[in-house]
Amino acid sequence: MTTVQDRGRWGHQNLGVPVAGAMDECSHRLANRLVGNSSELATLEVTLVGPSLEFLAETTCAVAGAGFELWLDGVQVQTGRAFCVPPGGGLRFGRRRAGARAYLAVSGGIDVPPVLGSRSTDLASQLGGLGGRSLRAGDRLVVGRPTGRPAISGAVELPFRLPVGGAHVRVMNGPDRERMTPEALASFTQGRFTIDPDSNRMGYRLRGELLALADSSPLLSGPTPVGTVQVPPSGTPIVLMADRQTTGGYVRIATVISADLPVAGQLGPGDWLGFELCEHREAVAALIGLEQRLMHVS
Amino acid sequence: MLNPTDWRITMAGDAAVAIEYPPRIDPLISQRVVALAARIRAARHVGVRDVVPSYHAVTVYFEPTHTDLASLWTALEEEAELPGAMETPSREVIVPVVYGGVDGPDLGEVASFSGCTTEEVVRLHTSVLYRVYMVGFLAGFPYMGTIDSRIAMPRREVPRLSVPAGSVGIAGIQTGIYPMTAPGGWRLIGRTAVGRFDPELDSPSFYQPGDRVRFRAVEKVGAP
Repeated sequence: MTTVQDRGRWGHQNLGVPVAGAMDECSHRLANRLVGNSSELATLEVTLVGPSLEFLAETTCAVAGAGFELWLDGVQVQTGRAFCVPPGGGLRFGRRRAGARAYLAVSGGIDVPPVLGSRSTDLASQLGGLGGRSLRAGDRLVVGRPTGRPAISGAVELPFRLPVGGAHVRVMNGPDRERMTPEALASFTQGRFTIDPDSNRMGYRLRGELLALADSSPLLSGPTPVGTVQVPPSGTPIVLMADRQTTGGYVRIATVISADLPVAGQLGPGDWLGFELCEHREAVAALIGLEQRLMHVS
Repeated sequence: MLNPTDWRITMAGDAAVAIEYPPRIDPLISQRVVALAARIRAARHVGVRDVVPSYHAVTVYFEPTHTDLASLWTALEEEAELPGAMETPSREVIVPVVYGGVDGPDLGEVASFSGCTTEEVVRLHTSVLYRVYMVGFLAGFPYMGTIDSRIAMPRREVPRLSVPAGSVGIAGIQTGIYPMTAPGGWRLIGRTAVGRFDPELDSPSFYQPGDRVRFRAVEKVGAP
């Protein structure tokens, strides 16, 4: 599946408009940097299986994030570095080795009409991107006017470790954790969960030990930041991801820290997921570290 | 009972804070929440990306590496401390609804649940001036309350895969309107042509937190 994404549709959650945006914003930004784009421009988010693309004009491209084999007119090219596609050139995504989502940036950005200030595709609300949907064979995309020169000529490494088969992510305590049983809180951080096949950009459904609620009286619906781990009465947790609804009424046991959202975004169905508690100070330090590594890749 | 003016600030992950009032559906709490959210939004604090009012909280989303959290926290405390935090006068909207039939497939079930006739359900649903407490779940979906306890039927056990745009539903003591066709579990009692979500408009959501809404029974969807 391939969708148009940027850094999300912020500023309208008060009207119930989901944020959407790249599941791994770090790789989205890196791909943009490689071709000399501002981080606000839209890329293609390629999930699990990649497309074949034909370029009608000469274009500078880069792919960052999941480790896909990439073929340009039958010749293998590397991810993590800018390359030039000639007019009529064909770029094909092949086998995927690690991670779940790759970001293809083109110099000038993917130019779909912004909706409420963002080009991100929100599949559930059918907003933004190309008609609010994922790409189909035969679609044509317009590329914006290139705004800069490729900033980095060599190959770069991702500023975080791409997960293979699963990952631990750090979480801060959620506002409703006192509604869980002590056993459930222990299982949450000691156990490993498996991402269910019916997970998507809205959220990851997790299989594993059931997390029992000590207090299952109804909660009033409240905001649900990205990374919120919800526990419905069934006891099977859900990690809310980019296309999450703006509000929800399930118990919020924890929130994935911003620095580990890119890792979470690189997980796919069947991968395992574990949770480690951390404090706010550690979360901020981790994010500053990630930002510094992203700024200094070269 | 907690005082509706009691509040506290809590972290909601590392990129959001919430100013929380006592957790209940209460017009006084909602007025404070709506007014406070408007003031925080207008203040344009550095790093703030979104200000979201809900039933009993205002959630402020910010960019962690572009925000001085300590000074944002202090500013939010000062905003919350301000006396007379009342909202600006709100709109009053009349929403014409066709009740029952294909437009409101669950009207009969709600009548059975409440032990009264479908006409009585319609009378009870149209007899209240509702408040829009928040907009969420779907883009432009108004959470309104509170409905007469006799017709306050819980959500369906199994949500429908597709609820038509304009459907008017009940979920416990809340009532709401689907602004677009979407999956959903509310009990559908009618349908209206008013209030579709339209991102092309300056105000894409027809409903805003704080609006007052009254339903009126009509014969045909789209009739005045």
